[in-house]
Amino acid sequence: MALLETELADLATTIGRPVKLMEVCGTHTVNACRSGVHSFMPKAVDLISGPGCPVCVTAQRYIDALIELGRRNDTIIATYGDMLRVAGAGGSLEVARSEGADVRVVTSALEAVETAIKNPERDVVFAAVGFETTAPATASAIITAANEKLLNFSVLPAHKLVIPAMKALLSDPDIRIDGFLCPGHVSVITGGDVFGPIVKDYKKPCVIVGFGANQIMEGIVHLVRQIAVPEAQLENLYPEAALSRGNPIAQELIDRVFVPGMAAWRALGEMEESGLDIRPEFGKYDAVGRHGISFGEDREPPGCRCAEVITGRCKPLDCSLFAGVCTPIYPVGPCMVSSEGSCQAYFRYRRHELKSPMARVRVEV
Amino acid sequence: MCLALPAKIEDCLDEIAWVRLGDARMKVSLVMTPEAGVGDWVLVHAGFAIHQVTEDDARETWMIVTEHGLMEKPGATSPDQKAETA
Ligand code: SF4
Repeated sequence: MALLETELADLATTIGRPVKLMEVCGTHTVNACRSGVHSFMPKAVDLISGPGCPVCVTAQRYIDALIELGRRNDTIIATYGDMLRVAGAGGSLEVARSEGADVRVVTSALEAVETAIKNPERDVVFAAVGFETTAPATASAIITAANEKLLNFSVLPAHKLVIPAMKALLSDPDIRIDGFLCPGHVSVITGGDVFGPIVKDYKKPCVIVGFGANQIMEGIVHLVRQIAVPEAQLENLYPEAALSRGNPIAQELIDRVFVPGMAAWRALGEMEESGLDIRPEFGKYDAVGRHGISFGEDREPPGCRCAEVITGRCKPLDCSLFAGVCTPIYPVGPCMVSSEGSCQAYFRYRRHELKSPMARVRVEV
Repeated sequence: MCLALPAKIEDCLDEIAWVRLGDARMKVSLVMTPEAGVGDWVLVHAGFAIHQVTEDDARETWMIVTEHGLMEKPGATSPDQKAETA
């Protein structure tokens, strides 16, 4: 690590201007915070978090729709655990559950299908969030439901695609990113080659890395080396898992069930072809049509700066609610709810950097 | 985003396998890694094996994951916490 730190400092001096790197992936954010990678950064190198926490980028209108569905007596909501405490306009799924809604935490989309099989008299709606890594699992669940001829299973789709989000960030003149640490496990599915257009069309270095602190640090050095030249290349430092073409079976599953469509993102708004719509052939498993869902407006929790955190415009420490009002026990925004959210990562590992007395308050999490 | 954890396949029946993930045994789908069989190592994400890895790579990843606390001990977490998305 010391060698990498010295090289990084030398490169930063050579470049002679501030450099902004984004870790696109929530797990990278958590591990960079946890292992103190930030403390090895020279002053000129700023490591910012990106839109890589699926719960954090899920638009509030989606949470509201889920809660409304959950309040119907005949419905069971099956969700990944991180979604439970995200606040909608009128409470969270957890609150709805405490008020009688049947909300069940599942660890896999297939568990949601099993829930439907075991409860034939109830309608099971699976909250399908996640990026490309998770989408094939949802696709497989829908195919399984179709094979089983299930009539009481549907999916409320909120899958998102990483590349459109990266492009949106690069097209915003206010956010100047010099290079990306690219998500390793998205690449396992899509293949590393998907980052090619970011390098070719936007001339931004991209380095795919695994999840260890050393791997992250090495990825940062590779990015800064490129910036020093300057050049833009796609490098893969995680070749044992992220092949250049990814997992073709997973890609086929996605293509069979989904088609790229408009998605609503927290912070980035509505973007064409940035999400996955369920194909008409599988339309009866789409909860939107099946349950006649109409999405409302997105309203961010007052004072919460998640939208800016997700897009790298500010850091959790810049939010006036951080650690005082907003904590993992009483989270205000999704970035504090999710275990992959930047605010929770900063709260757990970096709140001592906060200058206010609140930083010293010890909260057990 | 999308953390996948290395696990060893202990039993399989068609596309379903039971894997050992740290202290926990869990059921996963092998639909995306059809060549994987008993004794093989796979990366598991949200109940699905998404990639087959060598034992060495699996052990190294496991070390990174547990050393850095990216995952608490599987058996020690509540079901709500354990079920992290994506
Ligand atoms: S600290 Fe809380 S309120 Fe502030 S941006 Fe993060 S989640 Fe939102």
